[in-house]
Amino acid sequence: MAEFWRWKEYNWKDPDKDWKTAKMITAGIDVGSVSSQAVIATDGELYAYSSMRTGSNSPDSARKALEWALQDTGMKQENIQYVVGTGYGRVNVPFANKAITEIACHARGANFMAGNSVRTILDMGGQDCKAIHCDEKGKVTNFLMNDKCAAGTGRGMEVIADLLAVPIEQVGELSFNVPEEPEPVSSTCVVFAKSEAMGLLKDGWTKSKVLAAYCLAMAKRVSELLERIGVEKEFFITGGIAKNAGVVKRLEQVIGISAVQSKYDSQLAGALGAALFGQALLQKEKAAGKVA
Amino acid sequence: MITAGIDVGAKTIKVVLLDGGKILAKTSVLAGFETEQSVEEAYKEALAKAGIERSAVGKVGATGAGRKAVAFAQTVVTEVSADAQGAVFLHPSARTVIDVGAEEGRGIKTNADGKVVDFAVNEKCAAGAGAFTESMARALEVTLAQFGDISLKSNKSIPMNAQCTVFAESEVVSLIHSNTSKEDIARAVHDAIASRISAMVRRVGLEQDVILVGGVAYNIGFLDSIKRTLGIENVVVPQDPEYVGALGAAVVAGAAGN
Repeated sequence: MAEFWRWKEYNWKDPDKDWKTAKMITAGIDVGSVSSQAVIATDGELYAYSSMRTGSNSPDSARKALEWALQDTGMKQENIQYVVGTGYGRVNVPFANKAITEIACHARGANFMAGNSVRTILDMGGQDCKAIHCDEKGKVTNFLMNDKCAAGTGRGMEVIADLLAVPIEQVGELSFNVPEEPEPVSSTCVVFAKSEAMGLLKDGWTKSKVLAAYCLAMAKRVSELLERIGVEKEFFITGGIAKNAGVVKRLEQVIGISAVQSKYDSQLAGALGAALFGQALLQKEKAAGKVA
Repeated sequence: MITAGIDVGAKTIKVVLLDGGKILAKTSVLAGFETEQSVEEAYKEALAKAGIERSAVGKVGATGAGRKAVAFAQTVVTEVSADAQGAVFLHPSARTVIDVGAEEGRGIKTNADGKVVDFAVNEKCAAGAGAFTESMARALEVTLAQFGDISLKSNKSIPMNAQCTVFAESEVVSLIHSNTSKEDIARAVHDAIASRISAMVRRVGLEQDVILVGGVAYNIGFLDSIKRTLGIENVVVPQDPEYVGALGAAVVAGAAGN
């Protein structure tokens, strides 16, 4: 059976940068519940990254992600001076110098990706959803999270994509292919939403209409989290769902605020934040004379 | 008078034909996409089994999430009322009814007449329902019957962190990868759902006798876990526990006629 939920794994490096001239090389590894990212930063700037599915073994996932980010760069792991692990598997990054919570890393990463005027971050990850407030330095001032229920998470969207046999990358675009917006699906629980979606298809709804109803339900669900913490501008979305316009556009409508756009990949926020923390920590150690 | 009870559940449609105190026939069919058609099919099958004509049935009662699909029913009752009536009919000293179906788990307190005193339902989330065990059995690659059996072989209790069915599936996969035995995982799953159902039962107040109905009552692993989490020795499982709702609907239909 085709696996429609399966999103593409990828890596990237900045062709214009030469890491050999960099004074400081740090890495951030974000081992999430569904996906893992590795980011390599040179002198506090993004140099290379990778994003892949988390395997059943966290240390392996961390190692693989880093190896893939290093691929074709000529850089070796020993060239990296400081590694910070983050995400749900952060304590299982065997080669990390330090582990930092993903909430702190997301805020730090968002500050870099979308600028220091960002005050509210919504991280829509694989198995949880977080609303974070931060200051102009990207320091966390408050947060709320849902990690109990798959509604409003990437995993929930994967289940629906699989049910409808729609590749997950196409969900957003297809969901706009409706003459008018339907009512959102009424079930919160993803298991129930699945049954509900089957019933709607039976009633003659198109896949697009079901997707529209599901994206809207997800947008409403996460908007509750945002309402509880309060949305302060600027507003920025990170995580895999940030790439799904079907949810993002509807969420913007529900809360009446547009999200800031960034040229960076939304899934990198955690790992990038971790690499930037690594940079700051390395600087501190250098100043203290602990390392050369 | 012969009465019929039709329970249109999330996964299956059950029909019971009742003649006074005697059950004439029981049938169950999978609820297909065309619910009305599946209801018709199940009803015809029950009539054929009992060897009676449609006209011999005096009253029809419907219950279950899809009860509106039974257009020819004279009486419509909620699953909670039907469960209580059916349970007390089968086991007159039943005071607490636990019904675990495909998509709903319920704890119901009833009086001696089968009238509902209080109830709690998991309507928002699949964590306390049969769909949960079904997903986990699939992740472990065992049949539902095996799933209950192997669970009894475990004497280790591992807590499951995930409450959500979708997340629990990933958790089961990581447990498999960390070489946890299937037996221990099966027990962890049954303990997890039993603790959720027990919480509902405690909310309405536990009073014996306790009777377990719905399709999940067939699962001996769950039965063992629910006894343990409720801290009681005796939980009654009637014969054909999944038909109790339909039976209750037939009882109510008969009473309404008098």
